[in-house]
Amino acid sequence: MTERQIRLATCSLAGCFGCHMSFLDIDERLFDLVELIEFDRTPLTDIKHCGPCDVGIVEGGVCNAENVHVLKEFRKNCKVLVAIGACAINGGLPSLRNNIDLWDCFQEVYQYEGGLEGGVVPNDPELPLPFDKVHPIYEVVKVDYFLPGCPPSGDAIWRFLTDLLAGREPKLEYEQLHFD
Amino acid sequence: MNKTITIDGLSVPFQEGQTIMDAALAAGVYIPRLCHNPEFKPHGSCKLCTVKVNGRNVASCTMPAVEGQQVLNDTDELNADRLALTQMLFVEGNHLCPACEKSGNCQLQAVAYYLGMMSPHYNHFYPQREVDASHPDVILDRNRCIYCELCVRASRDADGKNVFGLSGRGIQSSLVVNSASGRLGDTSLAATDKAVQVCPTGAILQKGKGFTVPIGRRVFDHHTIKEIQTGGGHD
Repeated sequence: MTERQIRLATCSLAGCFGCHMSFLDIDERLFDLVELIEFDRTPLTDIKHCGPCDVGIVEGGVCNAENVHVLKEFRKNCKVLVAIGACAINGGLPSLRNNIDLWDCFQEVYQYEGGLEGGVVPNDPELPLPFDKVHPIYEVVKVDYFLPGCPPSGDAIWRFLTDLLAGREPKLEYEQLHFD
Repeated sequence: MNKTITIDGLSVPFQEGQTIMDAALAAGVYIPRLCHNPEFKPHGSCKLCTVKVNGRNVASCTMPAVEGQQVLNDTDELNADRLALTQMLFVEGNHLCPACEKSGNCQLQAVAYYLGMMSPHYNHFYPQREVDASHPDVILDRNRCIYCELCVRASRDADGKNVFGLSGRGIQSSLVVNSASGRLGDTSLAATDKAVQVCPTGAILQKGKGFTVPIGRRVFDHHTIKEIQTGGGHD
């Protein structure tokens, strides 16, 4: 077994975890990957905060104050920060709400839509403060690499990671680069 | 005797009155473009087809070919400019590919793939734009409009209906519909009209056709726009 030197962290902000699911789609190559890396914060380890890492992979855009805190923690700790998936790169489907007034959104979800007890908009101080618009992560912190797709395929993720871990400039094949 | 220009060192013949784009198209040389469609009069607005002629940047779709022109096309510098223009088009509208029926058949997306666009780079405008679903067979989603005026030209010159027009200037520009109500449903537009077929993006779509071909099996999923627009021609 080779020495595991590269620490990798991942998180999902305003995303659907679809990119993480696609990451799992590298299937048995995960065994090869864990020979090369050590996981830090990720949904796989359930570590809650990111420590010093070599690579941070962020799924999802920024839709609330907590997203910003997590994102800044990643940027501070990760030498290389990667935006994965449409949401991290242009806001994605959550940004469809960018042209709807936030209060209108809340009313539609919590008051007008049937089946919710009470019909009130949640207002617990523990809930993160939502922003009026969803933004891609590069509008908040510097991002080193982008891996587009909704989600990028397991093959695209594997190609990207193997390039990056081998010290090559990541480059996708034509059919691996897609925005949908 | 044939008149010729050179494009990236390749000798390309042309006839009097042709543009650089016309000559390139005839020779199977790919010059990236969005607002140009050889079936219609050039518009020269997207600037993606900018080439360098004798040291100057010009739009190849409007620049007449002149004997002896040395044209630079597929260079790192020009492609970097084209990438920046494409990224600006992305952030200026609301181009959410995963939510768009045109994804995989969209020329804006295909040009972005061709130029290796990994992110839109610039800050997003997230503009407020109207969707017009009033027509029974056609939907107009202005979020995806890039103001190429192909629908304007097609409706006027091919369909003879003058359904579309551009209103306003600069960032205030919008695609307007020529009816008293301003709604598409109150025009004589038909789903078979050329104006519906020429949209390079998903701004004008025929209803009920969105997923006839599934995502992943569409034109630009497997072929570059260069391959498609040159019919697999020159390298």
